[in-house]
Amino acid sequence: MDAGGAEAAAPFVPADVEFPVVVDGAHRLGELFGVANVPSGIWVDEQGVVVRPPETAYPARPAFAALDLDDAAVVASLPASAVDRLRTVQPFVQQMQIEPEAYVAALRDWVARGSDSPYALSAEEVLERSAPRPVEQAQAAAAYALGEHLHGLGERVASVRWFRESHRLQPDNWTYRRQAWSLVDPSQGPTQEYDGDWLSDVQRTGAADYYAPVDLDPRR
Amino acid sequence: MISETSQVPVEQLARKTGWEVKAQGACRGEQCVPLPAGALHDGAVDLPAFAQRMSMPLLHDADHGLWSLGPQGGGRAMTTVQAPDLVLPTLTGEPFALSALRGKKVLIAAWASW
Repeated sequence: MDAGGAEAAAPFVPADVEFPVVVDGAHRLGELFGVANVPSGIWVDEQGVVVRPPETAYPARPAFAALDLDDAAVVASLPASAVDRLRTVQPFVQQMQIEPEAYVAALRDWVARGSDSPYALSAEEVLERSAPRPVEQAQAAAAYALGEHLHGLGERVASVRWFRESHRLQPDNWTYRRQAWSLVDPSQGPTQEYDGDWLSDVQRTGAADYYAPVDLDPRR
Repeated sequence: MISETSQVPVEQLARKTGWEVKAQGACRGEQCVPLPAGALHDGAVDLPAFAQRMSMPLLHDADHGLWSLGPQGGGRAMTTVQAPDLVLPTLTGEPFALSALRGKKVLIAAWASW
């Protein structure tokens, strides 16, 4: 989900990648499924039926969360410009609710057992667990799409107006905010264009609430 | 869906939103919504009438001559478990349809560079 397109995404894709990688510049995954933060995972079965709606989907713990920044050797191994940023961000990342081990185990169970897996949800549960979409959030999606389109046309000032509107309409959507901030400042710090920035907003929300916990209780 | 006109051919509507206009109305997955007479003219939907009937927001940027039709509001983000026929470009720009993976289990992993 990247308005920067293939140019922004390609450096993160290994050359020997074995699965399709596609570019969602307009955040269609947000519009169609309600994805509002990354990384998010959606499970679709062999018949094209969604069996788990979007939820936090870390494949592993972020490596930098575990770095010992009090260890001189570790610090020396990092680019100097990254160390201050890591010192600021790391405590927040460590508080985030990330359970990759449980998520990956559930995913593997589904791959092995298909619809017999307790993690493959019924249609009713999938819809019930998908994000609520009040009218304002539907409007936010339309506003975001205008912002992204205008950004693509090089209409930066006009795009900011619509991105701001999407933020106003759905303040808890991280993809709208982080995408817009990053187009002005890649480190998502404070800017003149936007009221929020990553660190201030994480502090305001509380790092523990940055990701909703994944509910992996078997339901049947 | 972004459009430069308020009248959108039904094929384009289906491709961009997944809503197909059929005899019984606008349909997606198991859901069909009857359309009022004024919502269709010569194979094109009238976005204001369509949006109102479908509880979809329609924003208009008059300065740039753009319309933006949002998803249905008032319920939940997903209204059907049938995966939409989402088509997105690969890193080299070729269109790739989610439906090309039918017959396999799929994990859609949403991530970003930012």
